[in-house]
Amino acid sequence: MGKVKFATVWLAGCAGCHMSFLDMDEWLIELAQHVDVVYSPVGSDLKHYPDGVDVCLVEGAIANVDNLELIQEVRQKTKILISFGDCAVTANVPGMRNMLGGAESVLTRGYLELADAGKQFPNEPGIVPELLDQVQSVHNVVPVDIFMPGCPPPADRIKATLAPLLKGEMPVMEGREMIKFG
Amino acid sequence: MSVVTLKIDGVDVAIAAGSSVMQAAQEASVEIPRLCYLEGLSTVGSCRLCVVEIAGINKLLPACTTEVREGMDVTTQSPKLQDYRRMVLELLFGEGNHVCAICVANGNCELQDMAIAVGMDHSRFPYRFPDRKADLSHTQFGIDHNRCILCTRCVRVCDEIEGAHVWDVSQRGEFCHITSGLDQPWGDVDACTACGKCVDACPTGAIFRKNDTTGEKVGDREKLEFLVKARENREWVR
Repeated sequence: MGKVKFATVWLAGCAGCHMSFLDMDEWLIELAQHVDVVYSPVGSDLKHYPDGVDVCLVEGAIANVDNLELIQEVRQKTKILISFGDCAVTANVPGMRNMLGGAESVLTRGYLELADAGKQFPNEPGIVPELLDQVQSVHNVVPVDIFMPGCPPPADRIKATLAPLLKGEMPVMEGREMIKFG
Repeated sequence: MSVVTLKIDGVDVAIAAGSSVMQAAQEASVEIPRLCYLEGLSTVGSCRLCVVEIAGINKLLPACTTEVREGMDVTTQSPKLQDYRRMVLELLFGEGNHVCAICVANGNCELQDMAIAVGMDHSRFPYRFPDRKADLSHTQFGIDHNRCILCTRCVRVCDEIEGAHVWDVSQRGEFCHITSGLDQPWGDVDACTACGKCVDACPTGAIFRKNDTTGEKVGDREKLEFLVKARENREWVR
């Protein structure tokens, strides 16, 4: 069996899930023997999401047009898409802006009402991505194969999710160790 | 006192007539998921997590408000029940704003525990993200309506155990919320004795001690059990 084509992507999240991924410490060496890291903010320098990815960890919610574009590409090109952490699974902290209403009222709150100086909306088309009206969990936008909650998911949970996949088996996402939110 | 015999998951149980299926299950050491039920308080059957199947009855009934009957055959665990319970949990998560990561009760929350128990790794229903308020007017405690699941345990513990009746339920549907006094800020309610029973009764982080931050709310459920025992049996021991 060839190596598993493995990717991780970072959408609207704090990178904490990726830090927790790095917390797997020496098991990362073991992982590296079984996978080709084809796209990842912490494991690869490639700028384009390739075709034929076997497993992808998706950290973060869908908050702006860049997130939306990337997740659709990821879904198209990935066999097993894992919602990685609470932001991906529930929208979590990034989703708290939904309580304020749409993008317009969020920007008004952040850039006008709370600004000390230079009150203006950020506007740099093509560079600063437009906010979506509502922050969404990943599975509200594209189908998801495995849900791994946690803020962040502890390193042991990430390992227990990935290890069976390397053997061609699906992980069992049950019990406090595997699915506790927060 | 007449005794009723029934079966809970195939186990024979004998219990006083007038008891609930929940109490019979406890007698048989069978755990039924629950949120609005709290031993020592009256029952309301509002959360629907404790629904069980009873042979010969075509619908699911809440164990906490269903009285035992002679010869009853109760099933507390089945794929169908698990399915309904998980749906209840998903709807509860979607109804309010339950962000475990920043909650005082993270790691010590019955809503979180129940989600794990029913295998909820995500919600199939989109979240509503309602606009809800928090009241921090009390000197010692706060209530954050974002985290409230309307179980009314605070209402009942304050009325039935403390005898102060600070809490009540206002409005209906999506606007339904817990209210203090005559719809006043909690800090303005003279009837509140600041006993903290509502904090201990609250299954989530909705009612909390003000100096607690993320993950610091530690429930003292035994205190409530102690109070119930003290009142009912005159036993003042913990």
